[in-house]
Amino acid sequence: MSLDLFWAPFVEFAFMRRALAGAIILAISAGPVGVFLMFRRMSLAGDAMSHAILPGAAAGFLVSGLAILPMTIGGFVAGLVVALLAGVVSRVTAQREDSSLAAFYLISLALGVLLVSLKGSNVDLMHVLFGTVLALNDDALILIGGVASVSLVGLALIWRPLFAECLDPTFLRSVSKAGQPVHLIFLALVVLNLVGGFQALGTLLAVGLMMLPAAAARFWVRSIEAVAGVAVLFGIAAAYLGLLGSYYLGAASGPAIILVAGAIYLVSLVFGRRGVVFSRVAPARHRIA
Amino acid sequence: MSDAIRLSDLTLGYDGHPAVHHLDGAFATGSLTAIVGPNGSGKSTLLKGIMGTLAPLGGSIARDAVEIAYLPQSAEIDRSFPATVAELIGLGLWKRRGLFGGLTAADREQLAAALNAVGLEGFARRPIDTLSGGQMQRALFARVLVQDAPLVLLDEPFSAIDEKTVADLMALVGRWHAEGRTVIAVLHDFELVRRHFPRALLLAREPIGWGDTASVLTAENLQRARAMPEAWDEHAPWHDATAHDHAHDHGEHVH
Repeated sequence: MSLDLFWAPFVEFAFMRRALAGAIILAISAGPVGVFLMFRRMSLAGDAMSHAILPGAAAGFLVSGLAILPMTIGGFVAGLVVALLAGVVSRVTAQREDSSLAAFYLISLALGVLLVSLKGSNVDLMHVLFGTVLALNDDALILIGGVASVSLVGLALIWRPLFAECLDPTFLRSVSKAGQPVHLIFLALVVLNLVGGFQALGTLLAVGLMMLPAAAARFWVRSIEAVAGVAVLFGIAAAYLGLLGSYYLGAASGPAIILVAGAIYLVSLVFGRRGVVFSRVAPARHRIA
Repeated sequence: MSDAIRLSDLTLGYDGHPAVHHLDGAFATGSLTAIVGPNGSGKSTLLKGIMGTLAPLGGSIARDAVEIAYLPQSAEIDRSFPATVAELIGLGLWKRRGLFGGLTAADREQLAAALNAVGLEGFARRPIDTLSGGQMQRALFARVLVQDAPLVLLDEPFSAIDEKTVADLMALVGRWHAEGRTVIAVLHDFELVRRHFPRALLLAREPIGWGDTASVLTAENLQRARAMPEAWDEHAPWHDATAHDHAHDHGEHVH
């Protein structure tokens, strides 16, 4: 036994290196987006969007088989359409955005499964739903890198209005018309990260690398910049440890990454500075004023 | 004296049901007006209309000031969001710094000065979820100060706030009035209105009175305002725009 164990799989196998690179880039890109989803109380909206991209990916699959670019573009378009429709419905009717989003993603999901079943097998469906991080080729890595670049730059550009929109939306409406476009750009970034992640983790698990590190990070630090930073670190750790564990256990790699992220969340929940244990234990001293 | 805001036969509402009905009148430039009335009488709705975030169902609002400083009901702010006091009141610099600009050293001095003015010196780096209700309200007033706008709209600025805080913040409102800004505040405390506000608008979906406070807040007017039916009448007939004589009485629709 030696420390070699911690990097040998990555030194030995190119597919492990590619998987690690892809998962780490995804963690860096999706983490901060997940933080804003969480603070906008839209954690489950991310999940809904991840289902919504399925018919687009399936349409791409029908046209050209398991090729990454058509499936990605299809997924992105489908996700955007669902997000926009949900937003429009909540604006022109009394129905709130969460219920219209649920309605549209369910329609979208059923359509997607139907499309895959028209041509492919259950194996293909599993591939789309749960991804294959070990099968990332150079094209997929380039795509993930492109997604991450656009996402990070886009988020940096809308950071301030998004911050204002989360904190005090009524005030933002009183001084600026930016709130609505910023919300839509943000939803587009969510969809972009999900389609970036679906080749590696599948449409269902891609949202895990977005939400779990964000939720875990909130138990340690307070400011939104710090939460985003810690979320990225947690995501990278989950990518590395998940791949390593799946290699030695011979287990599926995508779920392993998300399970490690889940374990980080549970540990943070219990032992984090703002978690269960420390908020229950009364501080032994307090200031005089 | 010119008018800062002129309302012409204004009807505002939701789903075709009016919350403010046939309002005519003007807020003079530099005036200090309290909007009072029972819950559901359309006070906040009127502010949203003036702000331009709610389009009128009928009539029009003419407003000469482009910049408005708006103080929302504090319940509309997400107190759990991890922002500091400086970040909250820094939003007041929005118009000058735009969407993307950072704060300059002069901006930071201005934020500090605004915090001093509302009695929150040293609070700049405090997270907003550690503020008390009164401190939060002081912070929101600091943001209005930073906005430095000719028109100030305050939506229930003194609900659930102790007397000391109300007195301090009321002094700021007096200062804005003295500086010639137009100030409109939605309030519930008639005593406070009588003491500090020269003008009053008493709403009960329809205007009951609008003018000098003493002439508006009479016992008879308040009695009429209290008689406003609170619930919407789902089956209220549609308003007939052609027979427009204002003779109808909305309390007594016959079905």
